[in-house]
Amino acid sequence: MGVRVKAASHPWVLSHQMRVFASVAGVSFIALLALIIFLMPAGYMMVTAFKTSTQVGDANSGLLPSSPVTFNYNGEDYPLYEVPTDKGIQQLALVKHVKIGSDYTATFINPKDVAAGPIVTKLNWYLLKPVYGFSPITDNFPGAWAQINLGLLFRNTFIIAILGTIGALVSGIFVAYGFSRFRIPGFDKLFLVLIATIILPTQITLIPQYIFFRQIGWGGTWLPLIIPHFFANAYNVFLLRQYFKGIPREMDEAASIDGASPLQILLYVILPQSIPVLTAVSLFHFFFAWNDFFAPLIYLQGKPELYTISIGMTQFNNIFQAQPGYAMAAAMMSISVPLLMFLLAQRIFMQGIVITGVEK
Amino acid sequence: MAAMTQTVSPEISKKPGRGKTTPNQRREIRWGLFFLSPWFIGVTVFTAIPILASLFFSFTNYDPTAPQNLKFIGLANYAYMFVDPGVIKAIQVTLLYVLYSVPLALIIPLLAAVLVNAKYLFGKNLVRALFYMPSMIPVVVSVMIWQGVFNTNTGWLNIFIKQIFNLQGPSWLQDEALVIPVIVVMGIWGIGGPMITMLAGLQNVPTELYESATIDGANGVQKFAYITVPMISPIIFYNLIIAVIGAFQVMIPGYILGNGRGDPNGATMFYNLYLYMSGWTYHNMGYAATLAWVMFIVVLVLTILLFWGQKRWVYYAGGA
Repeated sequence: MGVRVKAASHPWVLSHQMRVFASVAGVSFIALLALIIFLMPAGYMMVTAFKTSTQVGDANSGLLPSSPVTFNYNGEDYPLYEVPTDKGIQQLALVKHVKIGSDYTATFINPKDVAAGPIVTKLNWYLLKPVYGFSPITDNFPGAWAQINLGLLFRNTFIIAILGTIGALVSGIFVAYGFSRFRIPGFDKLFLVLIATIILPTQITLIPQYIFFRQIGWGGTWLPLIIPHFFANAYNVFLLRQYFKGIPREMDEAASIDGASPLQILLYVILPQSIPVLTAVSLFHFFFAWNDFFAPLIYLQGKPELYTISIGMTQFNNIFQAQPGYAMAAAMMSISVPLLMFLLAQRIFMQGIVITGVEK
Repeated sequence: MAAMTQTVSPEISKKPGRGKTTPNQRREIRWGLFFLSPWFIGVTVFTAIPILASLFFSFTNYDPTAPQNLKFIGLANYAYMFVDPGVIKAIQVTLLYVLYSVPLALIIPLLAAVLVNAKYLFGKNLVRALFYMPSMIPVVVSVMIWQGVFNTNTGWLNIFIKQIFNLQGPSWLQDEALVIPVIVVMGIWGIGGPMITMLAGLQNVPTELYESATIDGANGVQKFAYITVPMISPIIFYNLIIAVIGAFQVMIPGYILGNGRGDPNGATMFYNLYLYMSGWTYHNMGYAATLAWVMFIVVLVLTILLFWGQKRWVYYAGGA
């Protein structure tokens, strides 16, 4: 970027700073705009989760959860309207109205001046606008929680995800260590086979796997969702191997001379240095399990007590039109766990991906 | 994917003859096989055998509710595919989706990566995390959220259209011609992964290249087209493969938006959803296996074509 001029009095410095400022403002504004559009559905979810079905369906209600405001007069609730009067637009409660043609004879009460008594006017109905007030509700959260038994879904998904993560991590570490540290003729070709399985469509193995698991009595259990992950996923192996290869061999050779077995080297030399990639792989699997749809769909069919979040959420599919607030509240609760985990591990996670991503 | 070619090892040239292995080498082989054993078992039991088994089932009428009626029916399943109107429609729907979604699945993450890599961006880490975050949301949930946004009467999109243009927006999800583009748009919430890999690629482009191009008088667009894109073409290629394979396997949006029936009028009946229906709703697993094998071959041929075609446009700086 050229030579920086130190003297603050030099006019070029100011113009340079201005240019930097304009660039920062411009780029950041574009990013902000892009993010607003990109995250708009998340805003929709958050707002709708606090709306009643009536508020969602009410075209005049606006984006935020709001309802027509009422005023209590003599023990009755009357709707509040914006009424054009000779003193400007006033918010008045409509107590009584009689329709004659397109004109209304309406009786109002001024909430700010109840003592003045009823005001009777003739006016055009279309000039009346109901007054809306911000009125979010939180009932959707307990309601949705109870309706699809979200507590059970959370528990089920957690168990499947955590057991699967342990399997994916342990088996991935073993296989990646095997591929990264042992010089055996033909291993490089085997590694190509492993990579090829990454791009294999899952459907090709799905039907025989399904038939097999049902034959051995695993249909309607979690086992088909957990056990296969104890046999090394190709993508995880790839990520782990790339990372292990970056750890200098001299370290394990030194340990080997000291009499450490390969298992001890893995445990005490390799793994302590691989925390970022181990975290990334664990999170990948956890998110995968949280997201997995097809396998729970076919293996847990007809067993609602075993359902995972993904499958449980589809119960909202048919009632969405009737209860969008419930659906969005459930959506918010169900994504809170992966999002929280992502935010907590964000740094190490993004680093992990970037490190391994570079190698591709 | 350069990793594949990097692993060419010198061991092949000094392949030890039979019986000539030293105790040390034998020990290394034993340990190596020990560590690889989970994958050996997994790839045999959960990949190799099932692939062959599904080929076997594709020649049968296997019905899991009546397994005793299993019969070989030769190529009948394959022949039926050509006249099955359901399959023909599902192929059209899926191809349309692939056609729309693959270019977007490359362009949008690339643009996002360029944006979050910008030198002058304020709050870089936060912006990156926010662009990444929606890919953490399960697809089922994400489709439900977008379904609300696209709702004809209460969705925000149509409310905006009404506010700004005073027009009644279309019924996005009930319109046969619109529903696939809408599902493609929903897919932009998944840009996180490709964006991060492309970002890593952008950060690895040597700055000297940009500096010398600046001296030669290149403008920003030229630098992007002639330096950035070629330099990260291996990563674009990697994401292209992932996007193509992923697009062919799409199913969940059809399951949710089309109520599993392909509403409206079969417009969301993706190939994979049709496969699921054949196998699990109509218990025709032989036919479902046939559909799976045909998809496998199509994806395989496409992948091979893409790998073959990459020579023309993918540039490997390392010469690999």
